[in-house]
Amino acid sequence: MAGIIGYGAYVPKYRIKTEEIAEVWGEDAERIKSGLGINEKSVPAIDEDSATMAVVAAKIALKRAEIDPKKIGALYVGSESHPYAVKPTATIVAEAIDAVPDLTAADLEFACKAGTAGIQICMGLVGSSMVEYGMAIGSDTAQGRPADALEYSAAAGAGAYLIGKDEESLAIIEDTCSFTTDTPDFWRRPKADFPSHGGRFTGEPAYFRHVRSAADALLKKLNRTIEDYDYFVFHQPNAKFPKTLAKRMGIPQEKITDGLVVPYIGNAYSAAVPLGLANVLDKAKEGERIFISSFGSGAGSDAFSLKVTENIRKRENAENLSYFIDNKEYVSYAVYAKYRRKLKGL
Amino acid sequence: MKGSIALHWRRIPERYRLEGTHCETCDSYYFPARRICRKCRRKGRIVPYKFSGKGRIYSLTEIHSAPEGLEDQIPYVLAVVELEEGARCTAQIVDVRKKDIKIGDGVEMVFRVVQREDPEGLISYGFKFRKLH
Repeated sequence: MAGIIGYGAYVPKYRIKTEEIAEVWGEDAERIKSGLGINEKSVPAIDEDSATMAVVAAKIALKRAEIDPKKIGALYVGSESHPYAVKPTATIVAEAIDAVPDLTAADLEFACKAGTAGIQICMGLVGSSMVEYGMAIGSDTAQGRPADALEYSAAAGAGAYLIGKDEESLAIIEDTCSFTTDTPDFWRRPKADFPSHGGRFTGEPAYFRHVRSAADALLKKLNRTIEDYDYFVFHQPNAKFPKTLAKRMGIPQEKITDGLVVPYIGNAYSAAVPLGLANVLDKAKEGERIFISSFGSGAGSDAFSLKVTENIRKRENAENLSYFIDNKEYVSYAVYAKYRRKLKGL
Repeated sequence: MKGSIALHWRRIPERYRLEGTHCETCDSYYFPARRICRKCRRKGRIVPYKFSGKGRIYSLTEIHSAPEGLEDQIPYVLAVVELEEGARCTAQIVDVRKKDIKIGDGVEMVFRVVQREDPEGLISYGFKFRKLH
C-alpha cells in the first residue's frame, strides 16, 4: 500500500472573532459560540488565495519528507475556491514548488472533501507503482454570505500530503473506503459569489449519515473497534457535529480533541480534515493509530486508517500547525470585508 | 491582464521560484538573472541559480498611494531585500505594517498574488517576503 511521507499545514495570520461578526448583525455572540463551538476563524490576507496557501503547505510537506520535488509524479489540489474557473491551480502549485514538468496534475472539487479524495488518488498511483510520489492538497478560502450562519465558520487554510511507499512513510495508510450519494445539502452555481445550503438538512441526512457510514464500513472492513485507535479526526464544519458524532459512536471526547482545530481557525473546507490530521501528526507517537473520516457536501465521506511509524521524527524538519495557529492578528469586520474582497468600488 | 502573456509566462521561474544566475568565475549572484557577468564580462561563466529565499531588509517604506492594480492592497510595506547570496531585489513584505519591521530584520520568500485586478485577465503570482520570527 502507501503512506504519508511528508505533510504540511498552513493557516493565514489573520483572525476575526465570533463577537466581531455577531456585533455587525446584532446577534448574540455567546449563543453562536456555544452553538457552533467556534471562537474565531482564519482570514486570508488580500494577496492570498487557494493557490498561494497550497504552495506554503506543499513546501512544508517537502521539507519534512526531504525529497526532490522533481520526483513528484502526480499533484492534485482539492478546493471549492480555485482562483480560476478554468485554468488549474495544480499547475501553479507544481511550478512554484519546482515539481514541473514530468508529472500529471489536476484540480479536484468535492466541497469539503476534495483534499482526501486527492489522497485516495495518490494512494492508487503509488500503490500501482505508476508514480513514486504523489502530492494531495486541500486548500480553501471559503466563502460565506454576509449575515449567513456560514459567515461565522467559513475560513481559510491548506493541508498538503506527500504520498509514497510504506517503508518511507511516517504514517502508513492501512486502508480507506468511501460512502457517496447524491445528497443536495450545500451547493454553489457557476458565477454565484456565495454558496447556498439546506440549513438543518446539512446535519442528519448529509454529515452524520455519510461520515458515520464511511467510518462504520472501514471499521468493519478492518475488523477493528474504537478501542484500536488513539485519535479520531472528523470533518469539522463546526465543533458541534464531530463532538455529537463521537458521542454517538462511543468515542471518548479526548480522542477527538487533538484533531479538532475548528474552534481556533473555523472550517477550512477542503483543508479541514487535512489540518485536523496535521495537528494529530504533530503530536502522535510511533505505533499509534489514527482514524479519519472527511465529509464533502453533495455528498460523500472518505475514511482512512493510519498507523504512525518511527519516521514520524521527520516532523521536526518543519513548522507544525500550532506555529501558524498561534501566530495571529485580529482584524475588524471592516478589514475582514476588505481582505475577503467584499468591498465594492476598489 | 495588461501586458504580454508571453512576458508573464517567461518570468515564471524568476517570480515563482527566485531563479536568477550565478557567475562561477567571480562568485557573483544576480537577481533578476543576467546573461553576462558585469564584473568578468567575457570571462564570466554564468549558470542558472535558485536563490534560497532567505534575506534581510536593506531598506523599506510603506506605500499609501499605490500604482494602478494594487490599490486594494494599501497600506503595504515595500522593501529592498538583500538575499543571503548577496543580490538585492525589491518586493512587498507581507502581513506587517511598517512599525512592525526594521532594516536588518530577517525575511523569507513567500508566494503570493501580485495582481488580479482584471476579473477576466490572468492572475499574476510571485515572490514577496515575510518577516522571520
